[in-house]
Amino acid sequence: MDNFIKRIFSKEPSSADQAKDRLRLVLINDRTDLSSEAMESLKDDLLDVLSRYIKIDPKSVRIDITQEGRQQRLIADIPIAGPVSRKY
Amino acid sequence: MSAKVLTITSGKGGVGKTTATANIGAALAKRGQKVACIDADIGLRNLDVVMGLENRIVYDLVDAVEGRCRLNQAMIKDKYIPGLYLIPSAQTRDKTAVSPSDMIRLCNELRSDLDWILIDSPAGIERGFKNAIAPADEVLVITNPEVSAVRDADRIIGIVEAEEKGSPRLLLNRLNPEMVKQNNMLSADDVVDLLAIHLLGIIPEDKAVLISTNKGTPIALNEKSLAGQAYRNIAQRLLGEDVPLLDLDKGSGFFNRISSVFGSGEK
Repeated sequence: MDNFIKRIFSKEPSSADQAKDRLRLVLINDRTDLSSEAMESLKDDLLDVLSRYIKIDPKSVRIDITQEGRQQRLIADIPIAGPVSRKY
Repeated sequence: MSAKVLTITSGKGGVGKTTATANIGAALAKRGQKVACIDADIGLRNLDVVMGLENRIVYDLVDAVEGRCRLNQAMIKDKYIPGLYLIPSAQTRDKTAVSPSDMIRLCNELRSDLDWILIDSPAGIERGFKNAIAPADEVLVITNPEVSAVRDADRIIGIVEAEEKGSPRLLLNRLNPEMVKQNNMLSADDVVDLLAIHLLGIIPEDKAVLISTNKGTPIALNEKSLAGQAYRNIAQRLLGEDVPLLDLDKGSGFFNRISSVFGSGEK
């Protein structure tokens, strides 16, 4: 019971949850051989290319690697703000 | 007879490969199977002491590979269980004394005479590990519910899959149900979720394991030990029987269950 109350009122997640979250990130890095810096520049490059065609609000873009079984998947959720005004 | 070759590996050292090899071997032999356990950790021989056979070694794996003895001369009969044998590792410093193709040849020679060949892999991903998985029909990856052990297990699973040995099955060793309940240990579900392979068995943390290793007797023969029961169940699953995973909450005893009803059990 103490434990239950402690968990509700403490901001810190349980050590098991921390272990799981940390492992999840480490395993994605290990499996894809992609550091977090490399991931950031992948995102920047991707946005660069996309913004040549569509208008994007970089703040609303979500690009993540998720795990599906033993497979990694790059998921990009990119809301389109509008068409790029092209110069003719 | 044509033996199935089962390699037990982990990546990280000290998670229980040798203990698992000895006890799965013992539990299979107890069910009438003919089993040889091979210690593939050249230079760091250990399976012999865990099985309590250290005083009976005359020839070892390297002697058999290099032709100084016949293969059956390097097979030591177990003290307790008929049908269980050990092929001990050598204490030589030359880790390259055995090659993956030597291991394949050796296992093929043994196959017709046995039901199971269990190979205790060394830690790491070097030559010794490659020797251990080369002849494997199936690989079991053992881990503890700890970040470092789970991470290394994931690396090993990747390598085993790249070697086209199929998806390994998982053994989760030293799980402490009490700590899982307090949210201070990764649960079996967490580990399976992260590693995404099939769980073959959970071995709970149990003081009786160290006590039986001290004596050189298999915990799998201890009817009172929960870890012993876990190993017996794993053997049954390997034999194709459908055995549910241990209910580890039951292990906490009558008084704990009573006190948990009144709210003082969880701390």
